[in-house]
Amino acid sequence: MTSQQQNAQIPEEILRRWETRGVSRRDFMKFCSVMTATLALPMTMMGRIAEAIEADNRPSVIWMEFLGCTGDTEAFLRANEPTATAIILDYLSIDYHETLMAAAGHQAEAARRQTMEKYKGKYIAIVEGSIPTVEGGIHCTIGGNSALNITREVCGNAAATIAVGTCACFGGIPAAAPNPTGAISVSKAVPGATVLNLPGCPLNATNLTATIVHFLTFGKLPATDNLGRPKFAYGKRIHDNCERRAHFDAGQYAEGFGDAGHRQGWCLYKLGCKGPETFHNCPTVRYNEGTSWPVQSGHGCIGCSEPQFWDTMTPFYKRLPNVPGFGIEATADKIGLGIAAATAVAFGAHGVVSALRKDDSGPHEKED
Amino acid sequence: MLQRRYVWEWPVRLTHWFIVLSIIALSVTGIYIGNPNLSVPKTSSFVMGWMRAVHFGFAYLFAVSFVVRLLWMFFGNKYARWTAFIPWASKEGWRNIIGTFSWYTFLRRKVPYVVGHNALAGIAYSFVFVLFTLQIVSGFALYGQYDPNGLWASVTAPFLSLFSNQGLRLTHHMIMWLLIGFAIHHVYSGWLMDVKEKNGTLGSIFGGYKFIDPKDL
Repeated sequence: MTSQQQNAQIPEEILRRWETRGVSRRDFMKFCSVMTATLALPMTMMGRIAEAIEADNRPSVIWMEFLGCTGDTEAFLRANEPTATAIILDYLSIDYHETLMAAAGHQAEAARRQTMEKYKGKYIAIVEGSIPTVEGGIHCTIGGNSALNITREVCGNAAATIAVGTCACFGGIPAAAPNPTGAISVSKAVPGATVLNLPGCPLNATNLTATIVHFLTFGKLPATDNLGRPKFAYGKRIHDNCERRAHFDAGQYAEGFGDAGHRQGWCLYKLGCKGPETFHNCPTVRYNEGTSWPVQSGHGCIGCSEPQFWDTMTPFYKRLPNVPGFGIEATADKIGLGIAAATAVAFGAHGVVSALRKDDSGPHEKED
Repeated sequence: MLQRRYVWEWPVRLTHWFIVLSIIALSVTGIYIGNPNLSVPKTSSFVMGWMRAVHFGFAYLFAVSFVVRLLWMFFGNKYARWTAFIPWASKEGWRNIIGTFSWYTFLRRKVPYVVGHNALAGIAYSFVFVLFTLQIVSGFALYGQYDPNGLWASVTAPFLSLFSNQGLRLTHHMIMWLLIGFAIHHVYSGWLMDVKEKNGTLGSIFGGYKFIDPKDL
């Protein structure tokens, strides 16, 4: 056995303890290796990850929901490695989550305040949905308090804030033009807070789990890019890990949904796939227990995890955006051909007139 | 008496033809990349791969040629100098602008005579140089996305956040059409001047020499 393999092992007693809790060694090892791989860590870190999860240092979590569709909660509830129940009961102490908690009304708000006081500067704040700002933020209030106030209060005292889903990260659909509620992202609402963005519509629960595992293992959030997204999940283009990439390079494209090329799994580039300009680990991590993701199931990427995707990635089924100021049917190429043709016609006409004109060639005019 | 005058030095001619070649190659491959229309029966072929490889190769040639031409504006003769591209900066330049414009619009019989670029051509090239710059910046910004931690991505990141990804794609695509429009105009104007001035304008971009009667100046 090489030293590398030895280091990649999980201590026997940890595996035993998980077995007594009803989690098989196989499942636990699988979880630890998936987390290590998702975080792009060397496999030698697996033992350390197992120890970190085992240690009784569960941080409190306050999960807030504002202008969103609860899609990220839904995705989280379907987290498979480990199951959401296991995360909630064993690893994290989720003290406040409107959709999941038993408490309601004043009790719920009291639970949030208690957590904030008791674990000041130590709890994790998770925000789902964007935050409206116009008219004092009246478009989203909880217990008479605006989303903007709640976010500032909760995130301002948190050890770390994780924005889940595109709405919380970049404003998402509520912030798409014309943005009547003045919706903004969490990092804009709380400029001073440490915010980690996990965009996606919905977020990928595996990335959230991996982020939390990273936090438990190293006591800090993972390294991020210039948009505040962890590099382990958003450091590569979808296009570069896509299973249809070979068809892209070959030059084989589905021309329409259901045509011969589409049925053969050819590249969805001509159907408006935004994979070449979207950064996410969808092709490797996938959704729904790792079974599939949009491109695998035959639909092009719509770039849902990119900033302002609703405004900039549309039309979803065309390569290029429409040219602003022209009719919706006027594509860039039609206008371009028009420019070229108009130039040719204009100068052709000029040439005819010039040819018919006399006395303007030869020696030139001097200033009189 | 006609004089043989050396107008376009070899760096000017060389960069000119490299840029012509690049624009043709970049437009042909770019149109394919934007809308891949060739029918490819075999999965083992590499049509898009080659189109992109050629596109990126010529992109580097284009960018380097353009930078060399810009540098030559500060080292070359007076016909190549940067002053030729801002005729609006001088009084004489303004006279030439108005004179050339009137000649083009058939309001005047005779064109104001210059040895190098005429005033309108100078303005057109300034505009084209701006388009070249935008095209190179947007192109390398899109190209740099293959490696978000790489050199190009770090240099061009501000443009991506400023214009959005798709906005840059559209800009890059539309500038191609504007440059094709310019090329049509450019060839026509060269031919027109060749015919009207009878000084070897078209030939000068190959050999560098024009034939001038000093009495015309």
